[in-house]
Amino acid sequence: MAERPLAHVPRLVLALLALGLAAQVALRATSAPPRAAAADLAPAPSAAALKLASFGDPIALAKVLMLHLQAFDYQSGSHVPYQDLDYGRLEDWLSRILELDPRGQYPLLAASRLYAEVPVEAKQRSMLEFVYREFFVDPNRRWPWLAHATMVAKYRLHDLPLARRYAAAIQRHATAPDVPLWAGQMEAFILEDMNELETARIMIGGYLQSGRVKDPAELKFLDQRLKELEARLAARKKEKK
Amino acid sequence: MSVVVSLARTTLIEAVRNRLLWLAVVIVGVALGLAQFLNQVAITESREIQAALLAALLRVAAVFIAATFVITSVVRESNDKVIELVLSLPVPRAAYFFGKFAGCALVAAALAALFALPLALFAQPAGLAAWAGSLFCELLIVTAMSLFCVLSLAQVPSAFAAVAGFYLLSRSMAAMQTIAGAALTEPSLVDRIVNRIVDLIALLLPALDRMTETAWLLESAPGAGALGALLGQTTIYLALIGAAALFDLYRKNF
Repeated sequence: MAERPLAHVPRLVLALLALGLAAQVALRATSAPPRAAAADLAPAPSAAALKLASFGDPIALAKVLMLHLQAFDYQSGSHVPYQDLDYGRLEDWLSRILELDPRGQYPLLAASRLYAEVPVEAKQRSMLEFVYREFFVDPNRRWPWLAHATMVAKYRLHDLPLARRYAAAIQRHATAPDVPLWAGQMEAFILEDMNELETARIMIGGYLQSGRVKDPAELKFLDQRLKELEARLAARKKEKK
Repeated sequence: MSVVVSLARTTLIEAVRNRLLWLAVVIVGVALGLAQFLNQVAITESREIQAALLAALLRVAAVFIAATFVITSVVRESNDKVIELVLSLPVPRAAYFFGKFAGCALVAAALAALFALPLALFAQPAGLAAWAGSLFCELLIVTAMSLFCVLSLAQVPSAFAAVAGFYLLSRSMAAMQTIAGAALTEPSLVDRIVNRIVDLIALLLPALDRMTETAWLLESAPGAGALGALLGQTTIYLALIGAAALFDLYRKNF
């Protein structure tokens, strides 16, 4: 059924419509844009409460929560993001999100690559430890984030014992066939930097002899690495003599 | 004016005969039972847990009842040719809208008052008064939106889906804007366009996320500024949606 012409609408209604629209747009446009400040990050609810709130779809809730969590204390520009966040609460939220969606990688990526990048050593360490603890739940899927944590520990914190602990965990627990060999070899390289050259030489030699290395380029790389190590060891022995 | 009052009165009678208030009482009873259950399982902050979960449950229930009542009432009147009968009277079409809205507003006031009662056990009085007043404002907006949708769409499923979408979007728009503004990578052209669309939609929606806040029950009542903003938002949005509904009503052929 065709509508009646516009002339049937009283002018007062048209004026009210225009005025109401203008007032609504003006009201919303002048109000402060929503922003999640660091102080707004509330304590994480229990996993049971979150499961209840997910209405049977915890994965969808986990994805939304992760995106929302990421918005806290984030500002583009010169402000250093995330450094004002309460890392205890942040860790609780990341743990809960992982409990909702254990196969999801986002919380660990965020922990190792976003929240561990803040220029506050205590906060960096807490995030790296979080990644380390969570790694053991599913080592074969979560090893990349611990590998990154290893690099952060080595190059940002300059804490070689910590880096070695992480690298050793990857080598011992990430044993699936699709885990690249370099991940398992990280400990050897860390040890090398710690001047534990002999240990590193044995480990790399062990890898080569085990037959697990199939890639020719990787074989060549490791072989070259081993030769370098042996040369350095020989040089050290000469110095001692 | 007498038509407006009569319509408001019949709408109120319809709500009573539909046992809407009984439904509200049952929901309050269920909510109190839930509160007791939560009190047993919580090991700390039990009062806060009870107040927060009850407030959220009651708010959603009130919105659902108000929207369902408005939509089904208008559809019934449309099917029974009550609307045609009213419009055949020597009164402007606006009288039907205002009469219906006034009746539904009374129902909304009753719902807000009834649903605030169980929270009196867990919340401080000033915060609870603000919460109940804000719930009434929220229900007025939902009522106006439901009237607009059902007068335009004329069907229960489509009108209800539109109102539900409007409510969910209004409640979550601030969170969506926050997420959209926190992209970690340099936004592409498509990202910028999407963000702009989100911002434009936000301009047209009421700030429901700043209404009926649970924090008012747990911490402190909102200040005069927040209450003023709430009333301003309600007034402006009622004017906008009311005008849109009247625009549609005046152009509609029955």
